[in-house]
Amino acid sequence: MMEKTTVLETRGINKYFYDPVKFRVLNDVTFNINRGDFVSIIGKSGCGKSTLLYILSTMDTEFEGELMLDGISLTKRTNEELSAVRNEKIGFVFQFHYLLAEFNVLRNVMIPGLKLGKYSAQEVEQRAMERLKRLGVDDQALKRPSQLSGGQKQRVAIARALINDPLIIMGDEPTGNLDKLNSDLVFDIFDQLAHEMKQTMLIVTHDQEFASKTDRIIEMQDGSIIS
Amino acid sequence: MIKSLNLSISIGLLRARMKQSIVAAAGVTFGIAMFITLISFMTGLNQMLDGLIINRTAHVRLYNEIKPADRQPIEQAPEFNGAQHFIRSIQPREHGKEIYNAVSIIDAIRQDNRVTGVAPKLSSPVFFHAGTIEIAGVINGIEVDVEDRLFAFSDNVVDGKAHDMETLNNSIFIGKGLANKMMVQIGDMVGVSTTQGESVSMKIVGIFQVGLADFDDTQSYTSISTAQKLIGKPAGYITDIQIKLKDIALAPEVAKEYNKLFRVDAVDIQTANAQFETGSGVRSTISFSVGITLLIVAGFGIYNILNMMIYEKMDSIAIMKATGFSGKDVKRIFLNISLIIGAVGGFFGLTLGYILSVVVDNIPFITAALPKIDTFPVNYNPIYYIIGISFALMTTYIAGLFPARKAAGIDPVIIIRGK
Repeated sequence: MMEKTTVLETRGINKYFYDPVKFRVLNDVTFNINRGDFVSIIGKSGCGKSTLLYILSTMDTEFEGELMLDGISLTKRTNEELSAVRNEKIGFVFQFHYLLAEFNVLRNVMIPGLKLGKYSAQEVEQRAMERLKRLGVDDQALKRPSQLSGGQKQRVAIARALINDPLIIMGDEPTGNLDKLNSDLVFDIFDQLAHEMKQTMLIVTHDQEFASKTDRIIEMQDGSIIS
Repeated sequence: MIKSLNLSISIGLLRARMKQSIVAAAGVTFGIAMFITLISFMTGLNQMLDGLIINRTAHVRLYNEIKPADRQPIEQAPEFNGAQHFIRSIQPREHGKEIYNAVSIIDAIRQDNRVTGVAPKLSSPVFFHAGTIEIAGVINGIEVDVEDRLFAFSDNVVDGKAHDMETLNNSIFIGKGLANKMMVQIGDMVGVSTTQGESVSMKIVGIFQVGLADFDDTQSYTSISTAQKLIGKPAGYITDIQIKLKDIALAPEVAKEYNKLFRVDAVDIQTANAQFETGSGVRSTISFSVGITLLIVAGFGIYNILNMMIYEKMDSIAIMKATGFSGKDVKRIFLNISLIIGAVGGFFGLTLGYILSVVVDNIPFITAALPKIDTFPVNYNPIYYIIGISFALMTTYIAGLFPARKAAGIDPVIIIRGK
């Protein structure tokens, strides 16, 4: 049995919306995620699950409380530092694929890798091809995103999330835009990543069926974790 | 690595919006091309007009004005010292326009290291005889070679060789207007009589035209020794000393200094030709303002297109920020786009500007007033090309700065959650 190390940790996160009136979206959220965990966050629309995810993703910095990633506090960091953290340690999969229409699939996957600058361009390209292959879309590498189907696009987006071997993958309704067939396919990919690659994953979803297949479910209601 | 990544993303975004990018670049191209053409043409014209007068005029001219002596004899008489003098009917001094001691003055001026050259001149009013009529004019005795070197005399010659004046006895160059009035040409003889009543027949060896009717209708040139003989004066008699300086800006100062030193009247070019300086300045200002206005308009075009691009590319900006590009990177990417448009548009603008200048340079421009000019004048000074490209880059940088800053400030959460 591998020793569990904490990847992501939150302590007493509070968040308010001020428009139109002051409203508490998150209420003292405290939890942690260990290496290799496959976790889903579920809850009704408006329960604050997405808001929580964007705080965890470091993109939303207006909150109270403590956020630690890989044992390092991420509160009170500059935007530059947070950009670098996202680039290196976090992979994102959103409901929408957000591929850059101006570049081909391979280039889209490569861009965060090139940004990291850890490997040479050739190595990044090789790594991108490996990931596309693992997701079964390597034959689409030189096409434009607009030439791909919805499921293929989402798989390319997952490949992009994996390019820098992130500490954690965060997903915001990653199957929300897909039909049953494609969403099963994407779930299988996540499942594989979690159990074969020991990839840590945190997925926000309102799909009970999807959530029930993950290792751990965090359920939220009115800004608090209820289970 | 990172830098070239930002650049390659900029190029990718540009290529995706090729048509708009080309339109934006064309705005810059047009602005720069017009700027270059206008300024080259205007300064070419200025140089030509300056050349017409300023380059062919002495920077400082020494002469004697006909006027009464500054100190009348009675003032020099010691017994009337301190008394009030009443003098009636003062006359100008009798020696007329001669500069005394001209040879040693010229020698002294040649020693001055601010001076490029000194040319003596003798001018005297004369009458030209054509059949039975007399035409009033002026004869100028000059040292042909010096005059040619300092004031480009040969440039004004439409017929004949300037040097013939030195070598042929009793030879004369006359203005084109004068030649037309008298209906004479090279090889003909013309009668010249001085105010003293002496009359000599002179051979026309050349015709000149400077482009000013006043001048071409009355003036004539001969060698200084012929002129001295003609008016019956000894060698050494001259009426003007023309001085050319290394730095034209020093002319007023030098004129004042020589006026005191040699006790002759001295006038500098700035005083004598003030209107030309003003005209040149106004023309340059107009062309600069038109050119810069065009570039600013092009800058607004770029601003619009970048702004539109940013609205279209909100998603791309959001995901780039999510995957690790900082606001600085995003700003850099959009500034790159703007600068690429500026550089490419500017480069083609310079090329097009050069081509248009060549076209203008070849448009026939024939006017009786300007004998040596047959096409429009154009000044190909590289400094205008440098100003053009720097201004293009500056305008596009500023035009790109605001949209780029806006792009940098986009909050990815708002975009991504809004879907």
